[in-house]
Amino acid sequence: MAIEFELNGEKLSLDVDPAMPLLWAIREIAGLTGTKYGCGKALCGACTVHINGQPMRSCVLPTSAAEGAKVTTIEGLTKDGNHPVQVAWRELNVAQCGYCQSGQIMSAVDLLNRIPNPTDADIDEAMSGNICRCGTYTRIRKAIHRAAGDQS
Amino acid sequence: MSELHKISRREFMKRTGQAGGGLVFALTFASACQPDEAPVGPAAKASASVAPNVYVNIRNDGVVEIVCHRSEMGQGIRTSLPQIIADELEANWDKVEVIQAVGHETYGDQNTDGSTSIRKHFDLLRNAGATARDMMIAAAAVMWAVPADECVAREHAVHHEGTGKSAGYGELVETAIGMPQPETATLKAREDYRYIGKPIDTIDGRAFTTGQAKYGVDTVLPNMLYASIERCPAVGGTVTSFNDVAARVVVGVVDVIRMPEPTSPPLFNIKGGIAVVASNTWSAAEGRKALEIEWDRGENAAHESQAYKEDLIASASAPGATIMARGDADAQTHSQLEAVYYTPYLAHAPMEPPAAAAIVNEDGSCEVWAATQDPQTARDTVAATLGIEKEQVTMNVTMLGGAFGRKSKPDFIAEAAWLARETGRPVMVAWSREDDIRHGYFHSVAAQYFRAGMDEDGTTQSWLQRSSFPSITSTFAPNVTGPGGFEPDLGLLDAPWNVPNMRIETCDAKAHLRIGWLRSVCNVFHAFGACGFVDELAHAKGQDPKEHLLEMIGPARKIDPTKDGGKYTNYGHDLATHPVDTGRLSAVAEKVADMADWGRELPEGHGLGIAVHRSFVSYVGAVAEVSVDENGMLIVHELWIAIDAGTVINTDRVHSQLEGAGIFGMSLALHGELTTSNGGVVEGNFDTYPMTRMSEVPAEIHSHIIESDAPPGGVGEPGVPPVAPAIVNAYFAASGKRVRELPLRNAGLT
Repeated sequence: MAIEFELNGEKLSLDVDPAMPLLWAIREIAGLTGTKYGCGKALCGACTVHINGQPMRSCVLPTSAAEGAKVTTIEGLTKDGNHPVQVAWRELNVAQCGYCQSGQIMSAVDLLNRIPNPTDADIDEAMSGNICRCGTYTRIRKAIHRAAGDQS
Repeated sequence: MSELHKISRREFMKRTGQAGGGLVFALTFASACQPDEAPVGPAAKASASVAPNVYVNIRNDGVVEIVCHRSEMGQGIRTSLPQIIADELEANWDKVEVIQAVGHETYGDQNTDGSTSIRKHFDLLRNAGATARDMMIAAAAVMWAVPADECVAREHAVHHEGTGKSAGYGELVETAIGMPQPETATLKAREDYRYIGKPIDTIDGRAFTTGQAKYGVDTVLPNMLYASIERCPAVGGTVTSFNDVAARVVVGVVDVIRMPEPTSPPLFNIKGGIAVVASNTWSAAEGRKALEIEWDRGENAAHESQAYKEDLIASASAPGATIMARGDADAQTHSQLEAVYYTPYLAHAPMEPPAAAAIVNEDGSCEVWAATQDPQTARDTVAATLGIEKEQVTMNVTMLGGAFGRKSKPDFIAEAAWLARETGRPVMVAWSREDDIRHGYFHSVAAQYFRAGMDEDGTTQSWLQRSSFPSITSTFAPNVTGPGGFEPDLGLLDAPWNVPNMRIETCDAKAHLRIGWLRSVCNVFHAFGACGFVDELAHAKGQDPKEHLLEMIGPARKIDPTKDGGKYTNYGHDLATHPVDTGRLSAVAEKVADMADWGRELPEGHGLGIAVHRSFVSYVGAVAEVSVDENGMLIVHELWIAIDAGTVINTDRVHSQLEGAGIFGMSLALHGELTTSNGGVVEGNFDTYPMTRMSEVPAEIHSHIIESDAPPGGVGEPGVPPVAPAIVNAYFAASGKRVRELPLRNAGLT
């Protein structure tokens, strides 16, 4: 059964097991590898994508749940890679290994969509579902504040 | 394997060969990871180039290609290594392209481990840049018929003052082709550094923030299968029988394959098990769930971590083998203090679990794309697994989504290569998080016994330390009974304490899991025990812990553990050039205490703790400020970390490593513990093996780099060891409660 949804603005029809988590459909069927596997149980946030503007853990979301939805991944966040969050991330050299950063950025973008000028407490609450083993957290906080400044 | 990719590499080889320089065995990083895409190699961009050595290739379009032969795992080596070469070469940074090397002995040591990339290669890389620079100068001298010593290289060009002539590096390529490659060159003076010591932006920043960075798990090969392997929970266990009927009917499953049995000792060999290969990761995982397997758990089936903990503590509490001694550590003293410190098994848990993809060609050769820290060992392991020559193996190095020592063990790469041959198709082996937590090469569980003897003033006069832990060497050799190899070098033999009577012993501990090295290795538990115990001595004496720490370190001097019988190898460096310098250790203690404003009045319920440690020939001090909230939870308010790593290359990447070390140290201090039952690891994912999360992160992690012109020391690892003891010492200052075991969550603090 084909599942139809919009991925980064393009309509897709994927012939996949409806129970297959969206993460694998995005990575292995649609071929976009920017969204990462980290735990498979919605514990680490590496797989975060936006579904109709809401952040979701794609590793536990059946592809069928995306039927008719607008799915945005790190690749579709902006055409030029210059979302204020991406720019702030680069200006502060946030990433170490970089692996978790797609998910971190997708969570941060959602936070700023909801709260344009977040406090540290807002950041802690919004970002605690995203694990970074390299330990880039203090720079993530600073980069979110910087991006907030750019947006205001 | 796409034809385009083959052509791209052949063209690149051919062209660099024609150029007369050293053959550069390298793919562009993009083509290595994206074999389906059009080549972005140099052949498409320039018509000629010259390679003065294997690390540098100068193109006639003016671009300088610098080969990074070390693996990028978050430490920033793809930026800092080229910084060194570009500096000596006088290359303009915006005209540098970084090429990731394949695994090949032509590059020398590629094992990205032990914090060695800079400290072991600084001079080599400077020379690579400087000889390339001199080759450009020689070419200009020929072109202009002027003496070479009248020419200077500056900002990507050679200049001759007498004639006023200048030529960019690209313009000099045609002349340089065929010229001899200089072997030595004059290196720059420190004050002339252009990039070394500067906070240059990480070159992969755009790729990291746009989802374009390609890790091992992102490799896509045509017609590729995805494997998921069920392995025996216990090390050395084997398959008794299995039923794959249900697995084979899962949609997408292509085959079920019994893996080769594990070896004893385990080495880097395949760990056995049953593999399900499928058209996608999900189907492979679903098929694996449907397997029915009977295991013979083997010789480690009875390994229970709780009972083992008691055995380990008993071992450390009894006399062991003396590995260093001075004076008489048993001499009668006015008073004594003894304590046992314990730390559990840890898993590396890089955010990208181990992953590799491989293809075996019709001629038997194998090409691999792997998240590997050690591509040459990975290549050798694949060759041995397949029974082919290493020359038949091409080992492409992808980005590593974290590593911390796990990805220098290529068992998962051998799995991919073996399955690729068995299936006749490209195969991706990507471990699940549970695979990663349960089947790693784990950081040793360790017990340490300390006994100090004090005089009437409470000053320590004797120090006995016993360390017991299952050894890394057990992974590679049979009949290993306890610590050995380089392990006593890691924060044990080089104890910096100014105590006249000292004895260090190691005590037996048999291994029951695959033991491996994890970021900072034995330094983690040796620093935890020693810095905790020194803090205990301060409080027993009634002295300020920082003042006492400085007193314990004593006057500035150079320690030589070999004089007291210690077989100390100093991380592979000569003690003459890289001494154990207590002055530098005291300096980081003083600095970090100043940063934290040690001695200030603290808010109610807060405490400061300090710890210092030398490892990988660098010196690090850490201070933590903690309190316990109304729910009894430990809060780390701030961390301060100061490092003396000698000469540093990229100051921003050094700061980021210290920030990361603070978080890594918090994870192991607060949360990290693996337990075993029936020989297998119980924990499996981040719910049971938690990591530090944003909500726990200190308001700030302050880091400082001591200015130094000493030779470079390690950076990636040395920040970790003092963090946990600083936190535990701070907790004592805040609460009056001494913790001698990690993680702190077992004390109900998280």
